Amino acid sequence: MFDSLSDRFDAIFTRLRGRGRLSDDDVDEVLREIRLALLQADVNLQVVRDFVSRVRDRTIGAELSKSLSPAQQVIKIVHDELVTVLGGEPLRITYAPRPPTVVLLAGLQGSGKTTAAGKLGRWFKQQGRNPLLVGADLQRPAAVEQLRVLGGQAGVSVFSEPSDPVEVARKGLEEARRLGRDVLIVDTAGRLAIDAELMDEVRRISEAVEPDFTFLVIDAMTGQDAVNVAQAFHRTLGLDGVILTKLDGDARGGAALSVKEVVGRPIAFASVGEKLADFEPFYPDRMAGRILGMGDVLTLIEKAEQSYDQDVAAKAATKLQEGDFTLEDFLEQMQQIKKMGPLSGIVGMLPGIPKELKNANISDKELSRVEAIIHSMTREERREPSLINGSRRLRIANGSGTTTSEVNLLLKQFKEMQRMMKQFSGMPGIGRRLNKKTKKKRGR
Amino acid sequence: MTIALILIAVVLVLAGSLAAVGLSRRRGRRPELEPPRPPGARPAAPAAATRPLPERAVEAPAAPPAPAEVPEADVVVEGEPEAPPRPRVRDRLGQARSLFSGYLASVRSRGRIDEATWEELEEVLIRADVGVGTTTSVLDGLRAQAKAAGWSDPEDLLAGLKADLVDRLAGDRALHFVAGEPNVWLFVGVNGVGKTTTIGKIGLRASAEGRSVVMAAGDTFRAAAADQLALWADRVGADLVRGAEGGDPAAVVFDAKERANARDADLVLADTAGRLHTKVNLMEELKKVRRVADRSPGKVTEVLLVIDATTGQNGLVQAKEFASAVGVTGVVLTKLDGTAKGGIALAIQTELGIPIKLVGLGEGAGDLVDFDAQEFVDALFS
Repeated sequence: MFDSLSDRFDAIFTRLRGRGRLSDDDVDEVLREIRLALLQADVNLQVVRDFVSRVRDRTIGAELSKSLSPAQQVIKIVHDELVTVLGGEPLRITYAPRPPTVVLLAGLQGSGKTTAAGKLGRWFKQQGRNPLLVGADLQRPAAVEQLRVLGGQAGVSVFSEPSDPVEVARKGLEEARRLGRDVLIVDTAGRLAIDAELMDEVRRISEAVEPDFTFLVIDAMTGQDAVNVAQAFHRTLGLDGVILTKLDGDARGGAALSVKEVVGRPIAFASVGEKLADFEPFYPDRMAGRILGMGDVLTLIEKAEQSYDQDVAAKAATKLQEGDFTLEDFLEQMQQIKKMGPLSGIVGMLPGIPKELKNANISDKELSRVEAIIHSMTREERREPSLINGSRRLRIANGSGTTTSEVNLLLKQFKEMQRMMKQFSGMPGIGRRLNKKTKKKRGR
Repeated sequence: MTIALILIAVVLVLAGSLAAVGLSRRRGRRPELEPPRPPGARPAAPAAATRPLPERAVEAPAAPPAPAEVPEADVVVEGEPEAPPRPRVRDRLGQARSLFSGYLASVRSRGRIDEATWEELEEVLIRADVGVGTTTSVLDGLRAQAKAAGWSDPEDLLAGLKADLVDRLAGDRALHFVAGEPNVWLFVGVNGVGKTTTIGKIGLRASAEGRSVVMAAGDTFRAAAADQLALWADRVGADLVRGAEGGDPAAVVFDAKERANARDADLVLADTAGRLHTKVNLMEELKKVRRVADRSPGKVTEVLLVIDATTGQNGLVQAKEFASAVGVTGVVLTKLDGTAKGGIALAIQTELGIPIKLVGLGEGAGDLVDFDAQEFVDALFS
């Protein structure tokens, strides 16, 4: 989808070999690329300006590292700066001395508050708490009903009544005290930051329940407007943290950086799917890579683990390394990969792929064509492609609706790949990086 | 590690083949000539790689939910629903205006066109979520135009820019309706954009225009989604067809068409579950819904992609993927009553040629207007 940042930098920096320092001009050229990448990722324009200016200060006159290429060095500075901004002090959920601990959720319409409320209910329960959910969204048809269903799934009871949102919240708090619940989670209606009346209403809700934690729930695909939204809600409510939702999509998520810069409070949780269990702490380093469009190998691995049969994968990997990987195996693996989502998204996430391949615009249509070709082969042909002579080639081409040149190409590329993969496993570089990342993950 | 290894292998094969083919085509080398097929031989149908569609796992509620405490509807519709006065876009957008009114003041006040002028124009477009790519191409074109016309007054530049943008937004905005059989208007999009609310609004409008409407609760996944649509059906006096939670959405749409056919209803408004375009199985499910919706009785005359005006560049990806999967005939741009400018819609129309047909300006049943290119562009710069 986007050229990787490192590839773009490589072009700029091939000229820099032998020079000791990064000159001002070199840095400016690089910073233009960074600015572009961040804007494409939906980071707010003003936030981009401030960020780039900080990176510039750190990069100008920096000595060229001996172990990293200039491109890698600048990326590291950018990446580290992103992680610093996105990370910092993580949010620690501390419990009020006088229960219940009150959590208030606010945000725009459709951001995912109600689902987040359900998830928080489940999460607090897992922490050994006894939460109560309050449905104070009386605006959206069936919002309370939705919360009740989610509460049922999470095993958390829900309180609501058809009065008015402030009243519901207040009574919800009383109910929690009466029932001896130690956490109160208040879902509110989505509202526009510029709707003075509704912003006043949420302020009054906040005054009624005196939240210990007020979270802004914001959609990861939000564009430039994220800053306006965050500022308005922060000004009105005083936010304690942010919940970023719909991170299971492919939005780069620059809104996260914008919001963090503007509000200065931790991004506490990431919502990564529609099911209640799809809720996890926020990982700044993963987000940094995602925003830069560099992809994230850890997310890829996790995604794959969800949809891949582990045993099948392990067997296939061994075969690859030993040179026993056949077209039959290849077909099988492609079926697994199809479950992972559009190929273009996956390719963008792989490290070390040469630029020409990344830009090759691999689509799922192409995958289908290759599948068709292999399907048109006999079992023996798949195991032993050297059997495939002219007439067999023709048969395969006709059977799959392709041309003999495409069949030739596939066979040629496959052979090439087999050769490369045998060498690959012994090679440092990608292998080492992947192992390093996997180790880091296990150590978390 | 193992999985990444496999992926890399697959990519090498796929990309390698493609890159080489791409290269050879570009260089004009003709691909190897196909030997003529022997007469009478027909290519066998390519073996379809069949995959069972994985059912989305629905978590069964632990206990039956308490009786719904449903709040009274804000809008009480008595008798025949009347067409509500259409909200003026300008009124709704007026609220957001004040935030930006000072924006172009400096451009105008300087009285000449310089590099700072171009930077400010770029800033306006980027802040509106038009995106770097589209912004660059628009401004490059404008530079050429300004040079050719010899403009020196920034007012000319602004007028030229607005005119260009309005031009780019030209398109067929009519909502297609074919008399004689039930028309299905399918509503698709990612989660939380406003599909169900939009259906409610369109239902009201259609009823007021004298059409009979059947709503299909095709979101069988989200908790209480059918209940939400049921409330809208009640409000606007439309028929509702719903299925079991966790059931097949295509079946619901099919049933709705049958109902429409049996009752001689004109329009089936089919809701679908919000889905991220990255989820392959969900996109396959949507394709199936479309196929079923297209079968007799009735046919699909509109596939409306609902896009939230606050969406950034991902909106363009969404449009591409949904268009590729089910074919999109138009965009409904929602939540334009907020501070977001919805510039991504400009990118969608420019890059993909998909017209913006409707605009949502609030949560009320009447908060729907036809898209007006001039008003939209004026609002970008207000």
